[in-house]
Amino acid sequence: MEQDSRRSARRLAALVASVAIIAAACSSSNNGGASASASTAASAASAPASSAAASESGSPAASASGSAAASGSAAASGSASAAAGGSAAGSLGAFQFDSGLGGSVSVVGSWAGAEQDSFLAMVKPWEDATGAKVNYTGSRDLQAQLTTGIASGNLPDLAGLPGPGLMKQWYTQGALKPLDDVIDVAAYAANTPGGLAEISKADDGKYVGIFTKISVKGLIFFNKKNWTETTPPATFDALNQTAQSKLTGDMKEWCVGVESGGASGWPGTDWIEDLLLRQSGPDVYTKWVKGQQTWTSPEVKQAWTAFGDVLKNSFGGPTYIVNTNFGKAANPMFASTPGCLFHHQANFMTDFFKNEAKATPDQYGMFQMPAINTQFQGVSTAGGDLFGMFNNTPQSVSLMKWLVSPQAQEIWVKRGGFIASNKNVPIESYPDEPSKQAAQIFTSAQGLKYDASDQMPGAMNDAFFKAVVSFAQDQSKLDSILTSLDSTQKDAYSS
Amino acid sequence: MDRIISAIAVVVAVPLVLVGYILVVEFIIGRLPKRVAGGIRPWLWLAPALLFLGVFLVYPTIATIFRSFYNQSGKNLIGLDNYAWFFGQDSTLLALRNNVLWVVFLTGFVVGLGLLIAVLVDRVKYEGVVKSIVFLPMAISFVAAGVIWRLVYDIQPTVGTLNAGITATGASPYPFISTAPWNNFALIFVGVWMLTGFAMVILSAGLKGVSVELLEAARVDGANELQVFRRIVLPLLAPTIAVVATTIVIYALKTFDVVYVMTNGNFDTEVIANRMYKELFNNGQQGRSAAIAVVLLIAIIPVMVVNVRRFRQQEAVR
Repeated sequence: MEQDSRRSARRLAALVASVAIIAAACSSSNNGGASASASTAASAASAPASSAAASESGSPAASASGSAAASGSAAASGSASAAAGGSAAGSLGAFQFDSGLGGSVSVVGSWAGAEQDSFLAMVKPWEDATGAKVNYTGSRDLQAQLTTGIASGNLPDLAGLPGPGLMKQWYTQGALKPLDDVIDVAAYAANTPGGLAEISKADDGKYVGIFTKISVKGLIFFNKKNWTETTPPATFDALNQTAQSKLTGDMKEWCVGVESGGASGWPGTDWIEDLLLRQSGPDVYTKWVKGQQTWTSPEVKQAWTAFGDVLKNSFGGPTYIVNTNFGKAANPMFASTPGCLFHHQANFMTDFFKNEAKATPDQYGMFQMPAINTQFQGVSTAGGDLFGMFNNTPQSVSLMKWLVSPQAQEIWVKRGGFIASNKNVPIESYPDEPSKQAAQIFTSAQGLKYDASDQMPGAMNDAFFKAVVSFAQDQSKLDSILTSLDSTQKDAYSS
Repeated sequence: MDRIISAIAVVVAVPLVLVGYILVVEFIIGRLPKRVAGGIRPWLWLAPALLFLGVFLVYPTIATIFRSFYNQSGKNLIGLDNYAWFFGQDSTLLALRNNVLWVVFLTGFVVGLGLLIAVLVDRVKYEGVVKSIVFLPMAISFVAAGVIWRLVYDIQPTVGTLNAGITATGASPYPFISTAPWNNFALIFVGVWMLTGFAMVILSAGLKGVSVELLEAARVDGANELQVFRRIVLPLLAPTIAVVATTIVIYALKTFDVVYVMTNGNFDTEVIANRMYKELFNNGQQGRSAAIAVVLLIAIIPVMVVNVRRFRQQEAVR
């Protein structure tokens, strides 16, 4: 009896062990196993490693405030009644719909939740007027979905694109269709401020992706209680000088936080991009994006050193900076004893002011980060969601025309959480003061450059993020960090 | 709705196909001469399993090994360059060092704590309650555990439980996540928290198999409790401990989720599996990630050899 139970216990143990070994060997010796666990991890973690853009554009989802939603539904009902006449009329004039089109168009985008609702509200007038139906699917991982879609030929008619790099690659592969005969590209380029429409072009000069939603970067936010200047400083130096005179007690000039889960470091990459663009100009910036400007070059190193000065003048010190989530980074600015004067971020940060810092729009203001080298006056950075066409059908062509129009974009603008790429959307249409200001800065921008790190190859982008974290923790490592970025650059661009 | 229907179809259809296969095989074998049938039957019965093993285990392994000798896109043969890259990079060698830390400390703590708890609660009435509590974290996925512990370790006392405790004593908060190399132990502890329950349950089951007469005899002969444990219980438990340790070693070698969620390799906490994921999905380096997979496979082989040998010995004893 005793013997039997011992034996069966042993057998059980042996069985468990062999199953465990087989399972372990299976998942560690082939990519399939790793990919399964990895994708679980990616979907559960809120910020995917591959793109900061995901966390940037994903976060404002929670934004649609009560008042914005209310005005949004008003706008939707207004345009629905207008659509009965075959066109959406407003302050922008009538849009000529292709009436009686019928059929359907499939769309895949990164928008979910409130953003998905806003997108559907935006296409509603088009659906009503043309009789065609939009089948929208939201995707957490556009890159994976579209990459496999291209391989299998199972693609949506229109789709949001993960970034300019993949957009060009997919066009070269023949998957993305050129838009030159689809939309009025000359008008599109003229209506997109700051020359940002350049990003829409493939290497052969054809337009392949259009901007709809814009992320205005390089903004400096301040608490109105502490910064009372009525006009923005003319230069970054002037800003620093005026700031020094306003610091009281333990207050620092900046609030910085670079933690962002798997994408930690990206707020710092935005900083370095803004500094480099203003110090050395658009040409160096573009060369740097293309991998033709080394990280150890004086121009790039200068940007890092300037970022280092910012960090030295930041609330909390290195340990605080690397451990603080970007969304909470600005909280000390609104504390009863303010920890800092300024916060540098993109326009979506206002959502975090509201949700994390509990700040109201009347408490803060913003201006565009001023020039450093006055030779490059007015340059700044921006990001945005690109839209491309995989199937050239009458329906997808018609919808594309609608999406670039100010009439369509105004619908989402009124619902909140959206800066329109089309500058003809009236500033008055924006629902609140911060978005009015951000839109004003965007439409009057002169030289806009797309986020550099998002255009770099995956390996370079990842190394840049990591480098920011280790630099923020220990600035004395700068030279070894830049040298290692150089070797990544050589490696990542060669293929 | 479609998904529910296809799920039901799979649940019903797969066993049906398998049963159908066996019926067909038996039907064919029944028509063959008896001598031939006896030789063929086991192979035909095993065929589906062998087929699945071949397609999902053997083929990918071999393909991965082949791929590791090719370049980024998998088109040009580049010999051992991917391995040279792996062993010539500070970052990958750091990942290797961290995996060694994981293997040593995760295995040590999980087996040690698991054994300690199993032995101690074996003697108390509320054994079931204690075991249930220790086993609970096993029900959480590694990703969720990573998220939970990232919050527990948070530097803000208002968020991080540990730092709330530390600041309550008047000290300043400790950056658990960003202090190298100690942050590795903070991450390993998450694994310990997860896996101790697993080790405890198996070791406890092994402990129940130790015959009471043996222990009584030892005590009658004058052995104290420590001697009983060292001379009787431990040797009898050795095979079970080996099994648990092997499992944990393999867990440690392929650890990914906790690191990915909590630091993504920042602050010198990179591990091999995280690196493999990044090379493939972020950097598009098929060859390099395959090479990393092969290095992992080779690292696991000795552990498997030891285990298989142990099983053989046990079979021989029987």
